[in-house]
Amino acid sequence: MAKVLQINYQKCTGCRLCELVCSVSHDGKSNPARSRIKIMKWEAEGLYIPMTCNHCQDAPCVNACPVKAIYRDEELGSITVDYDICIGCRTCVTVCPFGAMSYNTIDSKVFKCDFCGGDPQCVRFCDEDAIEYVDADNVSVNKMREAAERLSVASKEGATLLAAM
Amino acid sequence: MALKRKIAYIDLSTGDVETQVIPIDVRKKFLGGRGLDAYLLYNHTKKGCDPIGPDNTLMVSGGILCATCASATARTHVMAKSPLTGLLGSANMGGFFAPELSWAGFSHLVIKGKAKHPVYLYIHNDEIEIRDARDVWGKSVTDSQWAIRDDLGDQEVKSMVCGPAGENLVVFANVMTGIKNAGGRSGMGCVMGSKNLKAVACRGTMDIDIAYPEEALEFNKKFIEHITSAKVNQTQGALGTPFIWGATNSWGGIRTRNFQYNQCEYADDIEPEHIDEICEETMGPYHMVSCFGCQVHCRAQYKIPSGPFAGKYDEGPEYTSQGAFGGETDTPRAETVLTANHLVDQYGIDNLETGSLISWAMELYELGIIDKKQTDGLDLNFGNDEAVIEMIDRISFRKGWLGDTLANGGVQASKIIGKNSFDYLIQVKGMSNLHSDERATPALALNIALSSRGSDHLRSRPAIDLYHLPEDVLRKIYSNPVPYDGPLSSEHTSYVGKSWEVFWQENCFMAVDCLGICKYHTTFLGATLPNFEDWPKVLYYNTGIEMSPTDIWDVAERCNNLERLFNLREGLEKDDPEKGDVLNHRYHDEPCKRGAPEVVGRLIEKDKFLVMRAETYQHKGWDENGIPTPETLKRLGIDKEPSHLV
Repeated sequence: MAKVLQINYQKCTGCRLCELVCSVSHDGKSNPARSRIKIMKWEAEGLYIPMTCNHCQDAPCVNACPVKAIYRDEELGSITVDYDICIGCRTCVTVCPFGAMSYNTIDSKVFKCDFCGGDPQCVRFCDEDAIEYVDADNVSVNKMREAAERLSVASKEGATLLAAM
Repeated sequence: MALKRKIAYIDLSTGDVETQVIPIDVRKKFLGGRGLDAYLLYNHTKKGCDPIGPDNTLMVSGGILCATCASATARTHVMAKSPLTGLLGSANMGGFFAPELSWAGFSHLVIKGKAKHPVYLYIHNDEIEIRDARDVWGKSVTDSQWAIRDDLGDQEVKSMVCGPAGENLVVFANVMTGIKNAGGRSGMGCVMGSKNLKAVACRGTMDIDIAYPEEALEFNKKFIEHITSAKVNQTQGALGTPFIWGATNSWGGIRTRNFQYNQCEYADDIEPEHIDEICEETMGPYHMVSCFGCQVHCRAQYKIPSGPFAGKYDEGPEYTSQGAFGGETDTPRAETVLTANHLVDQYGIDNLETGSLISWAMELYELGIIDKKQTDGLDLNFGNDEAVIEMIDRISFRKGWLGDTLANGGVQASKIIGKNSFDYLIQVKGMSNLHSDERATPALALNIALSSRGSDHLRSRPAIDLYHLPEDVLRKIYSNPVPYDGPLSSEHTSYVGKSWEVFWQENCFMAVDCLGICKYHTTFLGATLPNFEDWPKVLYYNTGIEMSPTDIWDVAERCNNLERLFNLREGLEKDDPEKGDVLNHRYHDEPCKRGAPEVVGRLIEKDKFLVMRAETYQHKGWDENGIPTPETLKRLGIDKEPSHLV
């Protein structure tokens, strides 16, 4: 079963440790410009949203690549770049609707999330579980349970209020 | 390498910029951050320079580990001669500024001169540009940062700025970054304002090579587990620093009504749990946020729940704001504390100094030393919430006689006010004390008296002294990395062995400030947290530098002595009530009135205090006047300062 990254942005504390460990584990360097995951911030509102590759089913980067260097790794379910074929034209950067395909000017290469070969370091280091690596068909049921929990709390509090009246 | 990052020397008068790689032997001697700043300050300022003149030099830096794969390396350090104290000025803040400075290629900035009109520095991938800031001048702390992003067309830019208080030369104005990260104490924002320097903006995409990336990553994982396993950090992560308030207040360790009481009554409204409820109601269940790379996430998010500023977003409040705007002024109401916290963040002024001076003025008003004529009609009684909010505004903008007077700092204000106002000013070396009451804790009293930047809890506080740890546990902590077999006591009211604890903590905190990490990641509030024994590996895996625990201890001692040399050069004398290593007389003369049985009636016995102080001088290798001996300076390799290595 292919897994996906499930992001719960409300839990994100904005520390950007994911960016740091992503760049260090892939490239041996600390540099958020090399990170496959980025926290987008609206500091004035205190809102932080982690953004990374969604490994789309009908992936624009795969479709648009003129030399067919981008493919789906069947085992991990990840969208992967074959650097032996890639010509560095950056078409994939242009077409990605999420900005998840990046271009590194130091090495002159495109780069993106590769699930760290099945052990995503961003997930491993996020104590808050703002990003998790879960079975693709579990994402909705997990969210459903969290939503149900909120309803459950609300109904319990409602019952307490009624009892108090 | 992390070590490729440079120093930049920037002259705002001429516009000249020079850069230099930091030699490895300088790194090994001072590491970086506060330690190397202290060396640069001693070397790049002349004795007696005017703190708000062009000759004062402003240092901005990250630690040697800044932005590496170590935990919580977010700290920015800022140093200059202080316009508040006339001695060492030093401020340290979290956030995201110093890492961005590192990715932009620099570890240290040395800023001299004065620009002809408001400017800001833009530092981008090894390049430094001086840009016009006339359109940014006058803006609040956050508006300034957003305006700079718009000016540069880049929302990823991180800036440190001075707010309106710095522009108005309030001598305890802060440097600020983000929503509330404050380089507080000692007026570094005032130094920025005096140089017409509105901000330093950074954006960097340069690599920092990690010496041994795999090892650094794995060690960081273990390190984080170590740090987050400490109960104290878990509590911090849930409630922020306000968690300290509850126990401290019920115990009797909160200075209230300036110095009249040591416990704030009727303070339920600002209990940590209630503050947390407000955060949750206004921001949702996940309202704790972090500085760069930190898993402690001790900063709460909130919106002001009611009053004229209702709905304004801010972060905090820290324990400091609870004390400054709730306890000291005896206005323990959440709306007041949260509003005041927001205003000081937006004006860029030190919360602790501001609240402390307002409560001092309130006591003077109560005593009739100042009256309604001097307050321009303001009713300055304790417990007046509106007066607290009004005074923050008046001080930040130097409005009215009292606002303008207090903006000069406590010691100068006491000279203007006259009479015996100085006797009521709770300060050390001209800087106000935290709202904590140290009369039942001689170790903590000694810590504030000896702190190099004036009264302070973040330079040498042995906070674990309050935990009554078994003596063998204390000894295990305090006899590493240098052996200590002298006396130690688990009893917090005792004077025994406290001089060594303060000496040890002073070196520990200096090391932390040189490495550039946060004090919640070391032996401060938690006894089990990492210190000297753990740092060599982090340093080696990330930078490749091989240093032993004692090497790092020596760096800390060296840098602490450099700060002392600076203070002595600027006129520190050990018994000077304005600049010395002494406490306000009330610590010795007025016993605690409230709190736990072991607190009521306590005061600091002056003769025992002086013995502790003399012991500390001895541990430090200073003579009986608190001056480093030639042997000490030689041992530490700083006997020929200024040596101008950088």
